[in-house]
Amino acid sequence: MANIFLNDLRKNYAGQEVIHGITMTIADGEFVVIVGPSGCGKSTLLRMVAGLEGISAGTIEINDKVVNDLEPRQRDIAMVFQNYALYPHMSVRENMAYGLKIAKMPKAEIDQRVAKAAAMLELEPYLDRKPRALSGGQRQRVAMGRALVREPSAFLLDEPLSNLDAKLRVQMRLQIKDLHQTTGQTMLYVTHDQVEAMTLADRLIVMNKGVAEQIATPHEVYMTPASEFVAGFIGSPAMNIFTVQVEAGVAVLPGGHRLPLAGLPADREVRLGLRPEDMEIVGDDTPGIPVVLRSVEWLGADAFGYGMIEGSDVAITLRLPGSTAAARGQRLRVAPPEGRLHLFASDTGKRL
Amino acid sequence: MRRTVFPHKLLPWLLLAPQLAITLIFFYWPAAQAFRQSVLREDPFGLSSTFVGLANFRKVLNDPAYLNAAQVTVVFSLLVAFFAMTIALFLAVQVEKIVRGKGFYRTLMIWPYAVAPAIAGMLWLFMFNPSFGTLAWPLRQLGIAWNPLLDGEQAMALVVAAATWKQISYNFLFFVAGLQAIPKSLLEAAAIDGASRRHAFWTIVFPLLTPTTFFLLVVNTVYALFDTFGIIHAVTSGGPGRSTETLVYKVYNDGFVNLIMGDSAAQSVILMVIVIALTAFQFRFIEKRVHYG
Repeated sequence: MANIFLNDLRKNYAGQEVIHGITMTIADGEFVVIVGPSGCGKSTLLRMVAGLEGISAGTIEINDKVVNDLEPRQRDIAMVFQNYALYPHMSVRENMAYGLKIAKMPKAEIDQRVAKAAAMLELEPYLDRKPRALSGGQRQRVAMGRALVREPSAFLLDEPLSNLDAKLRVQMRLQIKDLHQTTGQTMLYVTHDQVEAMTLADRLIVMNKGVAEQIATPHEVYMTPASEFVAGFIGSPAMNIFTVQVEAGVAVLPGGHRLPLAGLPADREVRLGLRPEDMEIVGDDTPGIPVVLRSVEWLGADAFGYGMIEGSDVAITLRLPGSTAAARGQRLRVAPPEGRLHLFASDTGKRL
Repeated sequence: MRRTVFPHKLLPWLLLAPQLAITLIFFYWPAAQAFRQSVLREDPFGLSSTFVGLANFRKVLNDPAYLNAAQVTVVFSLLVAFFAMTIALFLAVQVEKIVRGKGFYRTLMIWPYAVAPAIAGMLWLFMFNPSFGTLAWPLRQLGIAWNPLLDGEQAMALVVAAATWKQISYNFLFFVAGLQAIPKSLLEAAAIDGASRRHAFWTIVFPLLTPTTFFLLVVNTVYALFDTFGIIHAVTSGGPGRSTETLVYKVYNDGFVNLIMGDSAAQSVILMVIVIALTAFQFRFIEKRVHYG
C-alpha cells in the first residue's frame, strides 16, 4: 500500500533534458496509466520511479519518504517488464520465489505465497517448467506472479501486454484490471495503447516529449483534452482538428465555409477540434460543414467516412451509423451538436 | 534445421577438400604413425625396427619420470585453466563497468593472444630471469629468494603465469561476448527483486554464462595440455630437474631429443586417450549443469 508523490521530476541525458518537470500525486490503491507515443519519456519516468534510472532534479516520494537515493530494492516496489525479464535458467516457481528467498522469508511462507499467486494467475500446472517452455501469455503471467508474491507497496508495469497478440492482450487486460481490484494495490502502468490506457486507468498521464500534457481521469481526458496533442492522441479515429478564423461569433472554415458556433472566443485564429462521432448530418439549409466523402469503411455497428471539407485540402473523419447509405463521392453536410467542440490556441496548442 | 541440397555430387567434396586434406595430413596420418611406432622398437641406429607389442607402454607406465610428468601436468593444467578463466571472467565483468574507453581496454586485453607462445615465454623469462630480470630484483628486495632456475616451485609458478597470461585474452573475449548476451533487463529485474550486485552475479549472470564457461573449460584444458609446449620449452625446458616437464614436453624430449621413438609414440597414444577421456567426461558430467538459453 503506497502513495507516490512526484515533485518536479526531471531527467537529463548528456545535457539534454528528456523529462521536463513532472509533478503528480498518486493515491494509495490508484491505477495510474502513463500513456504517450514512443519516445515521449513514459518508460523513463517509470524507470525513475523504479530506481533503474537516476533522477536529475526533483524528488520522488513513496509513502512520504524521499527515495531519490535509494536502490530499487529499498523502494518496496515490483516491476513487470515489457520482455518479462524472466530468469531463463529457473523454473516458474524459482522465478517467483527469487525475491522472497533474497528477503530470507521462511520457506513455508514462500511456498504459500507462490501457491496463492499461481492459483490467482492459473499457473499451477506450469510451476516446474522453465520459461522457454511457456507461451507468451503464460510468461506474462509469470512476470505478474513474480511481482505479486512480493506484495510490494506499488506495482510498476512497463508495456506488459505489448508482446502479446490482440486476443490475449484483451484477456490479460481484463485480468490485470481484476488483479487491481482484488489486491487494491497502487499501480503505475506504461503503455502506448490508448485502449489499455482508457480501460485500465483511474487516472491518465498523457505524455508528449517529456511533458505531462494532461493528468486526469480517462473521462476528462476524452471529454476535455487539455491540449491539441491530447485531443489528437486519445480517441480512435483521431479527432478532426483544423485551423479556423473566428469573425464575430462565426468560424470561417477551410474552404471559406462559415459556421456559427456557440462558445467561440473573440476574433482570432484558433484550432477547432471535432470528434468523428460529434458530427450530425444536417439539412442543406442548416449551417454546417460540407464534406465530400473519399471512402467509407463499414464496420457493422457503425461506419467511418473519410472525406475532405469541400473546397479545401483538409481531411475530415465522420462516424456514421451502421445503417448509412453514404458512399464514395457523396456530399454530406455535418454540424457538431452544441457544446461538443474543442478549441485550442493556435500557437501553444492549449485548450481555450 | 534447414538442409542445403547441392545439385552436384562432387561440389560438396571439393568444398570440403582443403579442410579434409589438412586434417588427414596433419592429424590422422601422424596419429596413425604414432600408433604404429608405439608397438615397435627401433635399433640404436634407426635402421630397423621390431614389433614388441605393448612393451613400450609397459615400460612407459612403470617409469617414475613418466608418473612425475603426469603429476606435473595435472598441477600445471589445473592451475592454468583455473587462473586463466577466473582472471578473465573478473576482467570481463570489470570492463562492463567502464564508461569511457571501453573499446580501448578491450583491445588492450586481447593483445597478448596475438603473441606467439615462445615469444610470450621469452617475455616472462626476461622479466623474471634471476640475474637480469626486471621484476626479479624487486622480488628479491621483498625477501623472496627468487631463482626459478634452481627452485622447481618457482619455475612452475613462472610457466603457469606465462601460460595463463597468454590464455586470459582468449577467455576474456568469450566472457565479454557471453556477458553481452545476457539481457540487461534480467539484472534490472534482479535489482528490483532485491538482489545485490554480487548476489545477482552468482544467481543470474554466472548460471547464464555456463555455456561459455563450459566451452572454455574444454578449450583451456586442451590448451594447458598441448599448446603450452612453446612456453615451457622457452622458459624452463622442463627443468629444473623434471619439475616442469609435462606429458607433452616429455613426448618431445624422449622422441626428438633422446630419440627413443617407441617410448615417445607410446606416450603420445596415452596422451590421446587421456584427452579423449577427459573431454568425454566433461561432456558427460559437467555439461549436465550447463544451461543453454
